[in-house]
Amino acid sequence: MSERLSVRKTYKLFIGGAFPRSESGRTVIVNDAKGRFLANAARASRKDVRDAVVAARKAQAGWAARTGYNRGQILYRVAEMLEGRRGQFVEELRGSGLGKAAATAEVDGAIDRWVWYAGWADKIAQVTGSANAVSGPFFNFSTPEPTGVVGVIAPDSPLLGLVSVLAPVVVTGNTAVVVAAESAPLPAITLAEVLATSDVPGGVINLLTGHRAELAPWLASHQDVNAIDLTGAPGDLAADCERAAADNLKRVRRPVADDWAADPGTARMTAFLETKTVWHPVGI
Amino acid sequence: MSFEYAPAPESRDIVDLKPSYGLFVDGEFVEAKNSFKTIDPATEETLAEVAEAGADDVDRAVAAARRAYDTVWGPMPGAERAKYLFRIARLIQERSRELAVLESLDNGKPIRESRDVDLPLVAAHFFYYAGWADKLPYAGFGPAPRPLGVAGQVIPWNFPLLMLAWKIAPALACGNTVVLKPAETTPLTALAFAEICAQAELPPGVVNILTGAGETGRALVEHPGIDKVAFTGSTEVGRLIARSVAGTDKRLTLELGGKAANIVFDDAPLDQAVEGIVNGIFFNQGHVCCAGSRLLAQESVAEELLDRLKARMATLRVGDPLDKNTDVGAINSAAQLAKIRELSDSGEAEGATRWSPPCELPERGFWFAPTVFTGVAASHRIAREEIFGPVLSVLTFRTPAEAVEKANNTPYGLSAGIWTDKGSRILWMAERLRAGVVWANTFNKFDPASPFGGYKESGFGREGGRHGLEAYLR
Repeated sequence: MSERLSVRKTYKLFIGGAFPRSESGRTVIVNDAKGRFLANAARASRKDVRDAVVAARKAQAGWAARTGYNRGQILYRVAEMLEGRRGQFVEELRGSGLGKAAATAEVDGAIDRWVWYAGWADKIAQVTGSANAVSGPFFNFSTPEPTGVVGVIAPDSPLLGLVSVLAPVVVTGNTAVVVAAESAPLPAITLAEVLATSDVPGGVINLLTGHRAELAPWLASHQDVNAIDLTGAPGDLAADCERAAADNLKRVRRPVADDWAADPGTARMTAFLETKTVWHPVGI
Repeated sequence: MSFEYAPAPESRDIVDLKPSYGLFVDGEFVEAKNSFKTIDPATEETLAEVAEAGADDVDRAVAAARRAYDTVWGPMPGAERAKYLFRIARLIQERSRELAVLESLDNGKPIRESRDVDLPLVAAHFFYYAGWADKLPYAGFGPAPRPLGVAGQVIPWNFPLLMLAWKIAPALACGNTVVLKPAETTPLTALAFAEICAQAELPPGVVNILTGAGETGRALVEHPGIDKVAFTGSTEVGRLIARSVAGTDKRLTLELGGKAANIVFDDAPLDQAVEGIVNGIFFNQGHVCCAGSRLLAQESVAEELLDRLKARMATLRVGDPLDKNTDVGAINSAAQLAKIRELSDSGEAEGATRWSPPCELPERGFWFAPTVFTGVAASHRIAREEIFGPVLSVLTFRTPAEAVEKANNTPYGLSAGIWTDKGSRILWMAERLRAGVVWANTFNKFDPASPFGGYKESGFGREGGRHGLEAYLR
């Protein structure tokens, strides 16, 4: 009796809650660390970037209007779904060259990071907002609000790095268009399967695979993107993207050396928050 | 019934204008190769000759600021920095009448505004940030926040000394040193501030003031020796600066243009709303980035609101900035006047209806009568572009959702106003308006404790309040 032939997965993009192929019909070959064929990942195009931005814009107001409690529940649900597929992610990361212990640590770290950020959804406003003691008869308060649609150039760390840049963007009510790690794109698409089964509304998170240098400039110059996180962009590409981002004065987070195992702090959330200050007279 | 007003001019004797001013670098006033004239926009009379800083002057100022940062100001305990800032706040209060007159002379704004709004806010801003200098570990930016280094700061001409305060006070409180360039049409109060720094015995190099125009500003923001750029001005220049710092380690905050909607619902207290509309667009001749330049009136009340607004506009007194009765002063420059005229003409050409109260304007100087446009469509230039003058565009709406849609239909997002008696509607609107400051049943209020800054193409970063410290800390 012959060994059963496995059913392979087609790795596609994740746009607006659906899994389309690239409209360009292009793919990139993804091999494992030993050079063996793993998959043909979709190679996203400019048009895919634009479709993803449209989906992200469409989803943004509704996502921001949800209560922090609800967004926190959904992010926690992502952690639950990821936990259930722990073994699958460990295997996938091993395929990208990590040893078993390193792969396990990366998956565990990614699960715990979703949990960490989930808890921030209904707390960040209390930490970054304020009641302001102005010298006059006015009630004056400042609250954080999401910046809008955020482009994210994900770092090479294919799962923990990805989650570490993605969760802080969306937990506060932004929506994201992410360019996944070029060197190891498959875990991002498997993560999309987790997102698709975690009550994350379609369009809140959009994941593209392909060439960073091809996709990042389109995100950076897109006039309906409000901010861009260049964490995964190498120096020259980051500088070019920052220049392009100036056209509509996007908020830019420049690449810095990140230790994904360290306490993330709040900087990645506050980078994509606006402060709104409201005044009202006090009187009878 | 109409009142006749006798002139009530503020004396300018309190100001001791020098014929010429140098740059303030490393604690001293120094000459520059070139100079330019600054004029009184109300009379076109030359006030003084002012040095124009070149690239070598920028080098010297940045080097002085770096030296002061490394040797004195950076290492100084916060409590000591605080005392210098308190001193400066007090000196400003002591000299506030003189500074107010000087501001009105150089800028054209009514003395009532410079005396009652600008100067009190300037002193308050230094007083507020002085108190932060030794409390930074409690500000929420980590247990041991550090300054950035040398800040290059470029400010506009609409609130010359107030914008200087917004830039310098938080920078110094956090332990940075600064090189600041005031606008070329309004350099004088910044130079008076340099004197105040000397009177406060602020260590040399902590504050450097470079006067000059766009080229001086460019040399400053592109200088490799600065760690931080803070700019307030036009969105167009903001974009250029954002491009120029790309790929560097310089931190950047930008406070840029606006096209704020001032939204009046039919249940609003109309007389209060009219005062808010007038204050929103005619305060400081409309030279205000957060001016309420688009009036969105609910259809059911638009006609009555406009009647009352026009009646109120007819009482506005336009003229001598130093007259204490003056409501609307001089336009700051010939160039700005030309821009206001051009955009207003486009309003008529595109089909909007223009109205100004009968209003005699002085023969010399730069003047523009308070103007309101009705029948404005969202596509008109006067509904989309920042005019930065006393020109109001009126649009109408029917439902709150339509008001939000129209208010947010702009690349800017600096401020917005809401006038209604219904509390839940205020909060509903405030949540949906994409703007950094929302004034409800008030307008154009400022306070050092209140964060100010924009969404979208109105820039990024906040000035004022605890939030304002973030731009100067790492």
